[in-house]
Amino acid sequence: MAEYKWPDADKRTWIGKRVSRIDGPDKVSGRAKYTYDLNRPGMLFGIFVRCPYAHAKVVSIDTSAAEKMTGVKAIKVIQGPGSEIQWAGDEVVALAAVDEATAAAAVQAVKVEYEKLPHLVVDTDPVGAGPRGKSTAQESEGDPDKAFRESAAVVEGDYGVPVITHCCLEAHGQISEWTDKEHLLVHPSTQNVSGIATQMGTPLGMPPGNIKVHMDHVGGGFGSKFGPDRWGIVTAQLSQLAGGKPVKIMLERASELEVAGCRPSTYARVKVGARQDGTIVAWESKSWGTGGVQPSGSPPLPYIFKIPNYRKQYTSIENNIGPQRAWRAPNHPQAAAITMTALDDLAAALAMDPLDFFLKNIEMTGALAPVFTEELHKAAELIDWKKNWHQRGDTTPGPIKRGLGLSIHTWGGRGHNGNCDLTIHPDGSVEVKTGSQDLGTGTRTAIRIVAADAFAIPLEGVTVKLGDNEYPPDGGSGGSTTIGGVSAFTRRAALDALDELYAKVAPALDAKPEELEAWAGAIRVKNAPDRKIAWKDACAKLGVTPITTRGKNPGPGNLTNSGVGGVQMADASVDIETGVVKMNRIVAVQDCGLVINTKLAESQCYGSLIMGVSYALYEEKIMDQATGRMLNPNMEFYKLAGIGDIGEFVVHMMGGKGYDERGVVGLGEPPVVSPGAAISNAVANAIGVRVPYLPLTPDRVLEALAKKGGNNARI
Amino acid sequence: MNDEDNNEKESGSGISRRDFLKVSGISLSVPLVVGHRVITVAGADVKIYGPGKAPITLEINGKRFPAEVEPRDTLLDTMRNRLDITGAKRVCDRGTCGACTVIMDGRPVYSCSVLAIEAQGKPISTVEGLAQNDTLHPIQQAFIDNDGQQCGFCTPGFVVACKAFLDKNPNPTPEEVKKGLGGNLCRCGTYVGVRAAVLQAAKAHGAVKGGGQHG
Repeated sequence: MAEYKWPDADKRTWIGKRVSRIDGPDKVSGRAKYTYDLNRPGMLFGIFVRCPYAHAKVVSIDTSAAEKMTGVKAIKVIQGPGSEIQWAGDEVVALAAVDEATAAAAVQAVKVEYEKLPHLVVDTDPVGAGPRGKSTAQESEGDPDKAFRESAAVVEGDYGVPVITHCCLEAHGQISEWTDKEHLLVHPSTQNVSGIATQMGTPLGMPPGNIKVHMDHVGGGFGSKFGPDRWGIVTAQLSQLAGGKPVKIMLERASELEVAGCRPSTYARVKVGARQDGTIVAWESKSWGTGGVQPSGSPPLPYIFKIPNYRKQYTSIENNIGPQRAWRAPNHPQAAAITMTALDDLAAALAMDPLDFFLKNIEMTGALAPVFTEELHKAAELIDWKKNWHQRGDTTPGPIKRGLGLSIHTWGGRGHNGNCDLTIHPDGSVEVKTGSQDLGTGTRTAIRIVAADAFAIPLEGVTVKLGDNEYPPDGGSGGSTTIGGVSAFTRRAALDALDELYAKVAPALDAKPEELEAWAGAIRVKNAPDRKIAWKDACAKLGVTPITTRGKNPGPGNLTNSGVGGVQMADASVDIETGVVKMNRIVAVQDCGLVINTKLAESQCYGSLIMGVSYALYEEKIMDQATGRMLNPNMEFYKLAGIGDIGEFVVHMMGGKGYDERGVVGLGEPPVVSPGAAISNAVANAIGVRVPYLPLTPDRVLEALAKKGGNNARI
Repeated sequence: MNDEDNNEKESGSGISRRDFLKVSGISLSVPLVVGHRVITVAGADVKIYGPGKAPITLEINGKRFPAEVEPRDTLLDTMRNRLDITGAKRVCDRGTCGACTVIMDGRPVYSCSVLAIEAQGKPISTVEGLAQNDTLHPIQQAFIDNDGQQCGFCTPGFVVACKAFLDKNPNPTPEEVKKGLGGNLCRCGTYVGVRAAVLQAAKAHGAVKGGGQHG
């Protein structure tokens, strides 16, 4: 029986190499079809009548005029009279028409009367939120008051991150069509191909087995596309009303930003104290945030550092904005932007270099302390920290001030539960099928690498099929769990398949099956490598019956693991006359256990850094309390970083001894955690004062400069 | 049937607002698909379409595509919803993100902000037209080699924008790349790969040019 482990470095054919993504040619040529791109035969276009108020009761709905319009094929009231609407843009009536223009005109023809109710859409004032602020119990350990009294330095300040929105470039949406009275075919835009049928079956009152789900590509999710959502269910209902014709709903851009993406905000008043030697001894935080009308949870504060004496409390503001969705590394970027900044301010109060300060306290990070230590040194070397760092406040003359800042982060990332079927055909070709999805993280490519590596054959010898719920189910792609899951189950399936192949081939090589190995395109005898049979010839021994094995995760052997560390150091310049922050460089040093594909692992880090610059400097879902609406539900005022805004990056993947043997760990979340904190710290180092809240927009920078630190002044 | 045969010619020294409204009003009650009308305004012929559908022909990637469009239909929606040419993506739908970039008359345009009727008679290249048979354009290959893509939804627009950029700036500096491609947004964060891809493609382009000079 196979020993389920990863091959040693000298026995890897493809694992860890730099491999271009399999679906690259389809994506660069426009051949890749996303749900948004599909034109199903006779397809109708669905759209919603949306509530313009942040909080209202539906009084009456009149769809009669819309029903009479030529080209309108189905109308369904989603939230009828008496329904209470909790956020602007929520869906009230759905309809489908022969084209988008007709659908849009029909929306105008639907008359809905609302009774407006009082709303709250802002979140910066937990006291002003009144009864909508739900406070959790205070949590404490040790004796924070005593520890603060005995501290040589104590700083107190405000920190925070606003609500941001996912802004997937392919909007949320789905196409549904009834292939007969009992069977549904759906094309979603999802991170969770295998999970859609169950989530649709219940509300539609039909067996999930009658719902076929297919998706080849998805244009971004970032944590916001795990369910079919109301619009997904509605496409099926409208299709039914229209006699089974395909109905497509893709959210308009404004709705995408208003209702389909919300990373909860977190703000905090933090007090933190240290001894003269830099040892952190006490933490106190009062934090709050919103994730819409449902309660939001507190981020893990203080982040990573186990400070011996602490007191903390969190208030969830339940307000009338679009509902929260998971966003890459839920709660961690917020926790880092509050903790690593407060600690940086504390280091500044002690006139300590934050690199020395973090290293001084690194044991408080627990089991990952050796990883963080190694990474801090590596990052410092790559950005030349000791040469470029200066005490807070760049004293060079002129308006441009430059500074360095750092942050550390962690994440779990163990592979999720999943399955694949791996087939070795007698002609030597290999197929892996799984109900997984490739979000652009390189899942297809990783599966191909793992299978081709096990068989030591060319990458082209492996075909990967995913994106369909007729394949063995896989988990949703969230929480950096996909790479660990698919790598582990593909490896197990491949090793089992090899065992079967060895049994067929062994007589020809006059050896026992357990004496064989796959290497360099052949099956050979381990101790007599000249006795070998080429891969194709070996597979031909199967006759006409392929080998198919089911790979599962979890399963035998430690192929995936949890817990990674990362360090980032940012170099930014600030124009103190205009308040504009400009990125020079970010160095990211990241661990993810055994790297399957170095090229795409680096891409994950680059992407995270770019997203990080974007939320650190530009992104904010700006809500207007007067109207209850989002003021920037578009891409000119909901700003994403562009190609010229990001500066330069240096990414270093930790690997080799001490990392590889841990197995495969996910990478999608961790590197997106630190940029906000690291950039905020770089700005504070440059201009000498803390800009309390992200994004670090010119007005906030100028305000902080005018107040000379304001609330964040040293006590 | 030639489109021009369908056109009802009107002539005169100009058109008043009232006349224009009258023309529009008449069109509302005429059959669903009609050709354009031509009126003369200040001595120049002006084509009047709509408000119903009008037959037009678009020239995309060297092929002619007849379509029936309303005057308000964008080039992007016409390609995607009527012609099933879906490489150009609809993202912001208002000229901000560049995902719908195509080359029209030799210049990159946001096809969400061009009316289909405006695009008549102007050669249009989309991402689907870049590869020669099965051979990818050097820019496409450079996007693969440098991983200038993740989810890939912005990629077609970016690839086309790069093509137009390099046609105009065959040997760009990294700074010029940052400015020249500032009109395309990516959410996954592929700019590092895109920058490298543009420079690689420029080099390949230069090599071809160099070879040509010697040959």
